[in-house]
Amino acid sequence: MDIHALQQIVHQTRDARRKQTIPKFSPADRDQLIHQYHPDYRASAYRPIRFGPNANDKTVVELAALLEGDSSIPENLDVTPQYTTDVLVIGGGGAGCAAALHAHASGAKVILATKLRLGDSNSVMAQGGMQISVAPEDSPVTHFLDTLKGGHMQNDHELLKVMVEEGPSIAKWLIELGVLFDRQADGNLHVKKGGGSSKPRLLTCSDYTGLEIMRVLKDEVLNQKVPLLEFCAAVELLSDDNGHCSGAIFKDLDNQRHVIVAAKAVILATGGIGRLHIQGFPTSNHYGATGDGLCLSYRMGATLDHIDTFQYHPSGAVYPEQLIGALVTEGIRSEGGHLVNAKGERFVNELDTRDVVSSSIIRECEEGRGIRTMSGRVGVWLDTPLLDAEHGPGTVEKHFPAMMMQFERFGIDISKDPVLIYPTLHYQNGGVKIDANSETNVKNLFVAGEASGGLHGRNRLMGNSLLDLMVFGKRSGLTAATRAGSMKQGKLTLNHLQRFRAEAKKHGNSSGVISPMILPAYTRKEPERVVTT
Amino acid sequence: MAQEDTNVIDQPEVMRHKMVTIEISGKKYEVPEGITVIKALWHTGQEVVRGAGCLGGFCGACATYYRTKDDPKVRTCLACQMAVEDGMSFTIMPPFPARKALYDIQSLKDPKQDLFNLYPEAPLCRNCNACTEACPQKIDVREGVWKAVFGDFKSVSEMFMDCVMCGMCTPVCIADIAPNLVALYVSRAQGAHFTEKPQGLDSRIKEIQDGRYNDEWKKVLGMNEQELADHCATVK
Repeated sequence: MDIHALQQIVHQTRDARRKQTIPKFSPADRDQLIHQYHPDYRASAYRPIRFGPNANDKTVVELAALLEGDSSIPENLDVTPQYTTDVLVIGGGGAGCAAALHAHASGAKVILATKLRLGDSNSVMAQGGMQISVAPEDSPVTHFLDTLKGGHMQNDHELLKVMVEEGPSIAKWLIELGVLFDRQADGNLHVKKGGGSSKPRLLTCSDYTGLEIMRVLKDEVLNQKVPLLEFCAAVELLSDDNGHCSGAIFKDLDNQRHVIVAAKAVILATGGIGRLHIQGFPTSNHYGATGDGLCLSYRMGATLDHIDTFQYHPSGAVYPEQLIGALVTEGIRSEGGHLVNAKGERFVNELDTRDVVSSSIIRECEEGRGIRTMSGRVGVWLDTPLLDAEHGPGTVEKHFPAMMMQFERFGIDISKDPVLIYPTLHYQNGGVKIDANSETNVKNLFVAGEASGGLHGRNRLMGNSLLDLMVFGKRSGLTAATRAGSMKQGKLTLNHLQRFRAEAKKHGNSSGVISPMILPAYTRKEPERVVTT
Repeated sequence: MAQEDTNVIDQPEVMRHKMVTIEISGKKYEVPEGITVIKALWHTGQEVVRGAGCLGGFCGACATYYRTKDDPKVRTCLACQMAVEDGMSFTIMPPFPARKALYDIQSLKDPKQDLFNLYPEAPLCRNCNACTEACPQKIDVREGVWKAVFGDFKSVSEMFMDCVMCGMCTPVCIADIAPNLVALYVSRAQGAHFTEKPQGLDSRIKEIQDGRYNDEWKKVLGMNEQELADHCATVK
């Protein structure tokens, strides 16, 4: 049946649903639901990594294959460098820009290399805000405790303490650079309350927080004349005789040539893995989010942390086709929007935690109470018109202008019609294990932002990633710059690659997978249907 | 380029779509109706390196010119946010070589006057409105340039909050202004120089520096796992 006809049940059942109260699950029911339906618990989607620093640890099969994958680099490649620098930053998102700016400011010679353009990243899409304890009733310790609870008590305490304590000074830095955070009437920073937080703590720039921060950081990188290597994808790291990181090899995507950069310290800020579409999930991530930094540092001998846990945002768009995977903000549920199945019933307390809500949506769809679109995708309704019914006409338009515009482009008025949603792959909770200065167990190799792991435990709280990448971008930049000032450039070798290949061979690795992936394979390989006229 | 074989747009269900004829850079193809312009490029076998970024309408990488059937007007869109229709013709826009002024935002003495040194072409706007018509974010760009020149930096910063820096306003400007870069300068100046410093933030930074939370940290970090879990549970 046509999706517009299926929609009618949402309108028909609205008044009855408004009288209902849906209790939250008991801890036991919650656990059972999550274990049965949350993608992190689908045993079939996981397998142990066969060798390397995390041998026998489980992760999703898509990632395991890439981690065990072979490098595209022949061991006899001439590694004479085209560029020599103190600090090499790989990745042009929030963490990369912050790292480059701080390293540059402390006097180091910096090169920033990025696979796509400067700024192309998940950071630019962050809408919700940035958690920093600035409100009088709040404190860094409360921020710490909230985050720990959200992360299932698995967060690295040291990293977390550093992040919450340095938050306020990060806000000051951004304001001095010209970032326009929302303000109260008295000039103080306006803060919103995010899911899982006990105090209002989200600093926002309308619903364009990431965009505003990235516009400013990109502009500042250009103003500071930090040398850029754009459209250069990192394909291998370089190691000296001691196994310390000493540079990287890039593939120039314009001419497919290798670019060798010698560096005293390397900062990987390559982001997450949404575009691997693990377990077939759509994603809210940007085009380049293919986990390249994980593969590169793993081959070098860096240990990964919490690499078996991912965040699935409950509400990714399922219809129209153009918006597949795009986030439908949590704010709609915060303001009372119902989740409704094909029978017109609510099935979860909409304000439960992200993992619970995601699991319950998956349950509805798997048990046949989902709504199928013309293109074969399945989802459940999010009753957006309810907000106008509940809080007065114009509420949706006033509170969610960016989202209204996003759907209007496709002729959908979300204040009149419900939207169809399904969980979307949103964030990589784990990553490369780092210390408080963002350094890995491989000396002179730093990792910052989503590619790093430990800070968020097994579940990230909304608004903590923007702060994560600013704090650890800064720390990695400063530490790498100081380090570079007191050391000589290491030798450029591919010794680590030789070692990795020998180990792969021992484990019979013949998957034929080359990693990193660089870009997702969306290009259709069948013969094109050209029309002749 | 990559090994992943599962192609999102190749799912059989998607392929049942009605096919439409489109034209990409002058060559005609059949593609499923309703897919985005960027997915149409993938569908026709074209690898996209330049012209794809966040795929969510936020980064401005996929600025595109298009024209619909029987309409002579060339329009602009973000390729990740526009659905193809029968008879549509499009070309992804190359980044134009706009001049970005270099400045140290902190050390500006008179940012409103400095605008004329950094972007001397800004006051030459001839009111043609081409920039506004080119903006896929529906910003009143022309109005923004005028407001910038007249020193209303606050309004400009509000108007340009949803600017994705696609740069489509630049090549159409007959006065050679890059309105998005002018607006970015103005917004940064507004933030750094004309917005009140938040007092609460400074107090919090001082509290942390003065060690106001040290005792609480000591208590929390000294707890064992169970004590910490119980303590977390009391935070409401």
